[in-house]
Amino acid sequence: MNSNFSDIAVILPELLLAVMGMALLIWGAFRGNRDFHVITLTAAALMFAAAAVAIVSPTGGGFNNLFVNDAFSRFCKVVIFGAGGVSALMAVTFSSDTFRRFEMPVLMIYAATGLSIMVSAQDLMTVYLGIELSSLSAYVLAAMRRDNLRASEAGLKYFILGALSSVILLYGMSLVYGYTGGTSFEAVAAGIGGDASFGLIIGLVFLIAGLAFKISAAPFHMWTPDVYQGAPTPITAFLATASKMGAFALVIRVMMEPFADITAEWRQIVILLAIVSMVWGSLAAMWQTNIKRMMAYSSIGHMGFALVGVAAGSEAGVTGCLVYLATYVVMNLGAFALILSMKRAGRPVESITDLAGLSRNRLPMALALLVVFFSMAGIPPLAGFFGKFLVFTAAVEAGFWWLAVIGLVTSVLSAFYYIRIIKIAFFDEPTDDGEFDAADVSLRAVYGLSAVFLLLFIAFVRFVVDWASASASVFA
Amino acid sequence: MEEIITGLTFYLFAAVTIASAIMVVGSRNAVHSVLFLILAFFTCSALFVLRGAEFVAMILVIVYVGAVAVLFLFVVMMLHVGENRLFQGVRRFGVVGVLVGLAVAAELIIVISTRAFRQDTPAVASNPTTADLNVTEALGQILYTDYFLLFQMSGLVLLVAMIGAITLTLRQRDGVKKQSIPQQIERKREDAVALRKVESGKGIG
Repeated sequence: MNSNFSDIAVILPELLLAVMGMALLIWGAFRGNRDFHVITLTAAALMFAAAAVAIVSPTGGGFNNLFVNDAFSRFCKVVIFGAGGVSALMAVTFSSDTFRRFEMPVLMIYAATGLSIMVSAQDLMTVYLGIELSSLSAYVLAAMRRDNLRASEAGLKYFILGALSSVILLYGMSLVYGYTGGTSFEAVAAGIGGDASFGLIIGLVFLIAGLAFKISAAPFHMWTPDVYQGAPTPITAFLATASKMGAFALVIRVMMEPFADITAEWRQIVILLAIVSMVWGSLAAMWQTNIKRMMAYSSIGHMGFALVGVAAGSEAGVTGCLVYLATYVVMNLGAFALILSMKRAGRPVESITDLAGLSRNRLPMALALLVVFFSMAGIPPLAGFFGKFLVFTAAVEAGFWWLAVIGLVTSVLSAFYYIRIIKIAFFDEPTDDGEFDAADVSLRAVYGLSAVFLLLFIAFVRFVVDWASASASVFA
Repeated sequence: MEEIITGLTFYLFAAVTIASAIMVVGSRNAVHSVLFLILAFFTCSALFVLRGAEFVAMILVIVYVGAVAVLFLFVVMMLHVGENRLFQGVRRFGVVGVLVGLAVAAELIIVISTRAFRQDTPAVASNPTTADLNVTEALGQILYTDYFLLFQMSGLVLLVAMIGAITLTLRQRDGVKKQSIPQQIERKREDAVALRKVESGKGIG
């Protein structure tokens, strides 16, 4: 028997969520959707509790080396659970008389559980099951508003393309298994032995393509705009923050652990993904009129920037990625809280031009929008700048100065559409439709805190970078 | 003698498998297709038994014949797919289908014929256990100890699938007349029956 108490200790945050998720499910089954608010608040509290447990849970491997809790996975779990908790808080305000399903917080909990198992994976089989647990929950979450045509379309597209990507991923995994003789990261690394055979590289390409689907890096991004637009906004926030963080951390782990010896082979693919994502994310976002679609292209671009850090293939690159992703998550939570606050007479509006004249009607909201979108554009001294700075310096140190140049050019391009939003909110004449409804207190708290974090990030940037580089030292 | 019998049994089952697989695609009646599919599953499981993998054989019969094929049969009968509709797109998509099939076949041949697989992989794959156990026991011992985490996670995936299926399909309609036994028992005589004195020739009014 291999399982003992130390195995339980390393998996404590996931265990907490999985068990309490079932408890919430039973609660919901008895009380129905009447208790939606309480259940959702409990779910948010559980995710914050899991984040706290993740900080203190002991490090070490467990379950016959299928799972590990190290500094890297701790960092990622704190971000994932934090983002999941905030998304659940946003879901509380989202419910209406026509849409109130207690399954929503329960599935968010299971999606977060899957994501956190992914970042702790030490075996291709754990990777696959973690991905399936989180994606299956995400498909249902996206399609949950099933009477809405867009939501159904989003759910169906997400499901079919997600299933396709899982197939590609599995095919890659089976090839990797065939050519290395093992599924655990250790065995794969030992089987490669510093020299990649042709078949292994094909498996690696499929593996990366499957993972690129999950982080929606171009050219595997087709599902993103439709899903972002169709899914309920708190779910979009969850997909844009927690899901991205988990999948990206998995990319880092898979590249840096089993395939660390053949960096040159996977680097070309990652560089290609990074360039295409940065360029397409910046260009396609310019033509969007729906703000949720624009956020989708923006997140594709952000994934491209973060992939630059992976392409560097160094500890500094991973540190940059982690800082980038952490600030990206905070910016997106703020942005989606702002999008949720865009309501007129109780009806949500999603067009970018609806923001016109925001500074005259609702100045605090407009100021938060200013900070969040300036930070997304990467303008110093806001938080978004530091992530970009760290990944680009890591790329230059690794000898990819040209990649950093492409990154700089595309980030200038992307600044165009972020600043356009600010221009619309501050300088355009308000439309006749009237001002937005007063936003819910929790939404105001989310975007307010997010703006304050992004503004004051410079004060504690040293702390975050130190934490991230301590986490990245796992791959030394 | 024994080898000849094993060989003959193998070729018998293999031939039936291939023939019924062809009939699955070629049969004009969708119900016949499903029945041929079931035959293919059965002969496949016989092939597994010949190879000594009795657990996979049982699973094939229980899961694929018992559940999946029956589900197919239900779907085919519910959709009521007629003969002509089944072969509607053959001329348009036939060429593409054949090309895809050839590509997959070529890939399989390349993968199997390549010698780049690690030398010990086929040996490990065909002899998963070293101890003196049968396949079912060996699988159980690995599944509930070494791969315990994966087993539990599969359970969670199934739970999520169940929640998803119910969430996306269950509809609570208003105005459906349902029998509520507690309500029926709660009902008193006074709620339902009233005694009135009716004067003759006037009615209740």
